[in-house]
Amino acid sequence: MSEAAAQVKSLFSSGHTACAGCGQSLAARLMIDAAGANTIIANNTGCLEVFSTKYPESAWGVPWIHSLFENAAAVASGIESALKFQGKKDKILVIAQAGDGGTADIGMQALSGMWERGHDVLAICYDNEAYENTGIQRSGLTPYDASTTTSPSGLKSFGNPRPKKPMPEIARAHGIPYVATASVGFPQDLQKKVKRAISIKGPKYLQIHVPCPLGWGYASGLTYQIAKLAVETGLYPIIEYENGVLIGVRKITPKPVEEYLKPQRRFRHVIGNPDELARIQEIANHNIKRYNLVTGSS
Amino acid sequence: MKEFLEGSRAIAKIVSLCRPGVISAYPITPQTHMVEGLAQLVADGKLDSQFINVESEHSAASVVLGASATGVRVYTATSSQGLFLMAEVLFNIAGMRLPVVLTCANRAMSAPISIWNDQQDSVSLRDCGFIQFYAENIQEAVDLHLIAYRVAENKDILLPAMVCIDGYILTHGIEPVDIPEQEKVNRFLPEYQPVYKLDVDNPLTLGFLADPDYYMETRFAIQETHKEITRILPQLFTEFSSCFGRNYNFVEKYRMDDAEKVIVAMGSVCGTIKDVVDELRKKGKKVGLLKILCLRPFPLQEICNALNNISKVAVLDRALSLGSLAPLYSEIKASFSGKKKAPKIISGFIAGIGGRDITRESVKQVFRQLNQREISGKFIDLKPELLQEKL
Repeated sequence: MSEAAAQVKSLFSSGHTACAGCGQSLAARLMIDAAGANTIIANNTGCLEVFSTKYPESAWGVPWIHSLFENAAAVASGIESALKFQGKKDKILVIAQAGDGGTADIGMQALSGMWERGHDVLAICYDNEAYENTGIQRSGLTPYDASTTTSPSGLKSFGNPRPKKPMPEIARAHGIPYVATASVGFPQDLQKKVKRAISIKGPKYLQIHVPCPLGWGYASGLTYQIAKLAVETGLYPIIEYENGVLIGVRKITPKPVEEYLKPQRRFRHVIGNPDELARIQEIANHNIKRYNLVTGSS
Repeated sequence: MKEFLEGSRAIAKIVSLCRPGVISAYPITPQTHMVEGLAQLVADGKLDSQFINVESEHSAASVVLGASATGVRVYTATSSQGLFLMAEVLFNIAGMRLPVVLTCANRAMSAPISIWNDQQDSVSLRDCGFIQFYAENIQEAVDLHLIAYRVAENKDILLPAMVCIDGYILTHGIEPVDIPEQEKVNRFLPEYQPVYKLDVDNPLTLGFLADPDYYMETRFAIQETHKEITRILPQLFTEFSSCFGRNYNFVEKYRMDDAEKVIVAMGSVCGTIKDVVDELRKKGKKVGLLKILCLRPFPLQEICNALNNISKVAVLDRALSLGSLAPLYSEIKASFSGKKKAPKIISGFIAGIGGRDITRESVKQVFRQLNQREISGKFIDLKPELLQEKL
C-alpha cells in the first residue's frame, strides 16, 4: 500500500484542529490504527477531544464518546459491561483515553475503580505533562522544574517543585496484567505495545509521552527529536510490565539531560544553573539505574 | 395480587421486571435496600444484568451513561450527597439524550449531615434536564418506574427520568403493593430499541464539542422535548391505566371541587394531607389538596386549570432556595403571573426539612395560617428555643 493510501485508510483522519507538530495527534493516529476498527473509545475532556470532535466534524473512524473530564474510565466500564450483556465483548476492544491531567489527577479515582474491578479495557494516557488545553497549567505529571502558567519560574521559583506522579507504578500496584510506557518518538514500539496490550484480557495501562510544541515552547518541527531525547536522556524510561514483571526496557546510551532541556522554553530558567541541572540529571540517573537502561547492561 | 413489601424491595422488584442490562450504584442511606435487592436478584440468577459496584456515585452515573450509549437499558439509584456527586454527569446524560432511569431516595443535604428526608436534593437538580416524578406512596413509586422507562425511551423523547421517593417514609415503609406480572410489564415496556448507539458497524461520534454556533439549539431542543412530554404523557397514563388499572396524571386533585383552601404539595406528605382534608371535611371545612406528581416537565396548564378557581392556595415546600422563595412556591406563583383568573391568596410554607415529621397538626397549621393575608417562607414546626441558644 502506498503512503497516500495508508493515510486515507487511517481511523483517525487528518483535517482536525490540532497545533502543528502536536505529539498527541500523532500518537492518537498510531494508536487507533494499531488497535483497529473493532474498537470503541471513551475519551476524557482535553486537547485530543477538543481538536478531534468539534461539531459537525469528527476525526474518528471508530465509535467514540466523550462525556466529561474525569469519567472516561467509568464510561468505558459501562460500555464494556453493556457489551458483556449483549454478548459482544469478545469481539470488541474498549479503550479509555485521556491526557495526563485526566488520567493522573481528576480521572484517577475512576481509573483506579476500573482497574480494581478488572474491566477488560485499555487505558491510555497521552502524557504532554500539563493542562495544555486550558493554557499550560501544571498537572500531576508535569516534570520537576518545568515552568507552567500555574507553576511559573520566577525570582523565588524554579517552576514545578515536584517530580512526576509515578503513574505506571500506581497502575502496577493495582495488579493489572499489562502496564507500559511508550513515546511518540518511537512509533513502531508504540504500535507494538498497543497490539500487545489488546491481546491481553483485563485492565491495561499504556502511558505515551507526547511532546507539545505550544506548551513546552519548542519549534513545531522538533516533536520527534524532543520525544526521542526525553527517552535517550533517561528522563522518560520506556518500560513494559506483564503480570507485574518487567519484560522489556528501551536501552539507551544516555545523553546529558541538558540536550533535552535546552530546546524547551519551559526549562529555560534552569539552563546555566548547575544545581538545578544536577537535580534533573539525578532523576535521569535514578531511572537509568532502576531500569538498567544503559545499552549493553542486563 | 397484593403483597406487603418494603418500598425499596418493591422498587427492586419492579426495576428487575423492567430488565435493565446494566445496573450501577454506590451505597448511600437510604437508597441501599433498593440496590441490595437488585444485587441479590442478579446473584440468584433471577435477573440477567451486569451489576457494577463502583467507587463513587460519579462513576455510577458514568457507568450507566456509557452502557446506555452502547444501547442497553440501564438503572441507578442514589440520594442526597450522592445525587450531587452525580450532578455533573446528570446534566451530561440529559444533554446526550440518554434514557437513563434513576431512583432518588429523597434526603436532606449537608451541612449539618442528615440522613433524613426532605426533597432538597432532587428539587435542587430540577434544571438538569431529567424528567422528575414524585411518588406519594409505594404503589406509585413502583408504577412511576414503569412510566419513567416508557417515556424516557420514547423515540420522540430520549431524555432521562428520575423517580423521587421520600427517604425512609417510602424506602423503608411497608405497604400492600401490586407488583405486576412479567408478561404484563413486557407488554407495557417492550425491549429497548436505541435510536443511536456506539456500534463498530456504524461508528458514530457522541459527545461533540459545540461552539456558540451550535450549543444553544441543543438546549432549546431539550426544552422543546419537555413540551412534547406534556403532550405524550397523558396517552401514556391512559395506556398505563388500561394495562394496570391505576390512574395517574401530572397532578392529582383531591376533594377540590368546591374547595376554598387548597394545599399544593409533592411526595409522601400528600398522604397525610389527604387524611387531614378528610377530617376537616367532616367538620364542614371546604379544603382540598393538589398533588404534583411530575415536577419536570412542569405541568403549568394543569396547575393553572386546577387552581384558578380556588380562593386560597398554600404551597408546601419540603426544600428551600436559600436566599429566595421556596422552589415550588415560586413556580406556582409564577404560573399565575399576568393571569386574570388566579387564586386571591397564594401563600408559601416550608415544613419537614431534615426529616422533621410533618404531622396532621402541621398540616392543620398550614390550613389555619392560610387566611386573608398572603405570606411566604413561613416555616412550620420551627423550634424557636433552638434559635435563642447562645454560645
